[in-house]
Amino acid sequence: MTLPEAEPPPRARDRSEGQTAVVELRHVSLAFEEKQVLNDVSFRVGAGETLVLLGVTGSGKSVLLKLILGLLKPDAGQVLVGGQDLAPLSESQLYPIRQRMGIVFQEGALFDSLSVYENVAYRLREEGLKDEARIERQVREVLRFVEMEHALEKMPAELSGGMRRRVSIARAIVNEPAIMLYDSPTAGLDPVTAHTINILIAKLRDVQNVSSLVVTQRLADAYALAHFTYSAEQQGLVAVASDGGLGRRVPTHFLVLRDGTAYFSGSTDELTSTPDPYLRKFLA
Amino acid sequence: MFQVLFERFVKGKVLAVQEFTDLLINSVRHAFTRPRYLVDTLVQMDVIGFGSLAIVLLTGFFTGGVLALQTYRTLSTFGEVGLLGQVVALSMVRELGPVLTALMVAGRNSSGIASEIGSMLVSEQIDAMRALGTDPLRKLVTPRLYATLVTLPLLTILADFCGMLGGAVVSTSTAHLSSAEYWTLAYQALQFEDCFQGLTKPFFFAIIVALVGCYFGLHTTGGTEGVGRSTTRAVVVACVLILVVDFFYTKFLIATGFF
Repeated sequence: MTLPEAEPPPRARDRSEGQTAVVELRHVSLAFEEKQVLNDVSFRVGAGETLVLLGVTGSGKSVLLKLILGLLKPDAGQVLVGGQDLAPLSESQLYPIRQRMGIVFQEGALFDSLSVYENVAYRLREEGLKDEARIERQVREVLRFVEMEHALEKMPAELSGGMRRRVSIARAIVNEPAIMLYDSPTAGLDPVTAHTINILIAKLRDVQNVSSLVVTQRLADAYALAHFTYSAEQQGLVAVASDGGLGRRVPTHFLVLRDGTAYFSGSTDELTSTPDPYLRKFLA
Repeated sequence: MFQVLFERFVKGKVLAVQEFTDLLINSVRHAFTRPRYLVDTLVQMDVIGFGSLAIVLLTGFFTGGVLALQTYRTLSTFGEVGLLGQVVALSMVRELGPVLTALMVAGRNSSGIASEIGSMLVSEQIDAMRALGTDPLRKLVTPRLYATLVTLPLLTILADFCGMLGGAVVSTSTAHLSSAEYWTLAYQALQFEDCFQGLTKPFFFAIIVALVGCYFGLHTTGGTEGVGRSTTRAVVVACVLILVVDFFYTKFLIATGFF
């Protein structure tokens, strides 16, 4: 089966022009040796917004997250976090910027040799916090948030995939970052566990107003984040339409990557109503 | 086509030397600036030093023993069996102790370091570390380098002693030398130059053992299969480098008239 010829993207444009962007990519390109991974990608994420990055495997989604963290440098273009260009910064200059961000890696990336408690406390210790009582209080608090307080003393090897992901979220949010990056947080999980992770992502977004970039290949998760909001009363997700009490829209947007280029950028409605054959095939 | 491949090969090797040098300079430099990971360094001393103790002692003992056995046959031809202590002591302290200890430690630890760091790399733990505000060189490489720099010379001293002990067992049991005769000659044979040579080599070898493991671990590609490849390459490269550096350092000491 052959894919249709690449046509001009149906709606690859910058959103929220004029608003303050917490994360912004301007014409970013990156190649690994001869392979072009990203080509002229631009987007902005405003405060409290969620950007869902969709794309097939190898389309450059995870690389985008690493660029935003400053783990990789672009060959061309700018990566701005809080208005600051990351490219000219040294590794030590990047640390304060990374402190404002949290990342959940695809497999959790928990440190094998450390317990759940030590994994979550790691960031606090690295930031120079010495007060053990305060560290324990904060660690317990975030583990309670992800409903993993019971696993405090367990080692990562003893945890299931979903538990590892939840501990990874706890580790990422322990210092209350303003931006959260999720790299396929529900990949390989059963639907029930994936739903739990989605609830956590929505909870962070809706309760703590954290800006999020979510890389996923599961459209169901993307739609869940776009159409549902976290309800503290129901301890779960409620549909935006039925959430009249809150009277707010979920600020979620989509970016579809195709072969390293931003193929589509827009809202849920724009994505679902697109006539573009590639996107239709992707959404099917 | 051949020219392109050759050019790529040479550039790759030059880049590897540059990256290895960079790794060495940065890991040494990090010991003098904060944050320092002293607990990690102590843990690595335990893993690398104490963990290698048994194999190093056994290697030393049996190397000294077999050296005495082999030399005894030759020396007995000339009626100079009494020199066994001298031969074993000089051989162990100058060459066999440092080199064999380094080879054993490399076999055990360069591979261990490469596989541990390589596994962390492919499971994105190194990226996570950087994302959480930690410099992986400072946290992973510097403690391993300093732990090896401290423990390898100590292991070498123990291996030297065990080697002489092995030689003593063979000398007294097979060559029927008195223990006092063996130890007196062994002790008298050793000069400052021999000890200097035998105790400075481990520092060079320690750099090789620790940094070759770290280098290949940090350059692991290709998932778990890549970890296996890195582990094997780390051991092979570390062992070859130890022998090459040993030769050139010995040659340097001779050329400078040190001994």
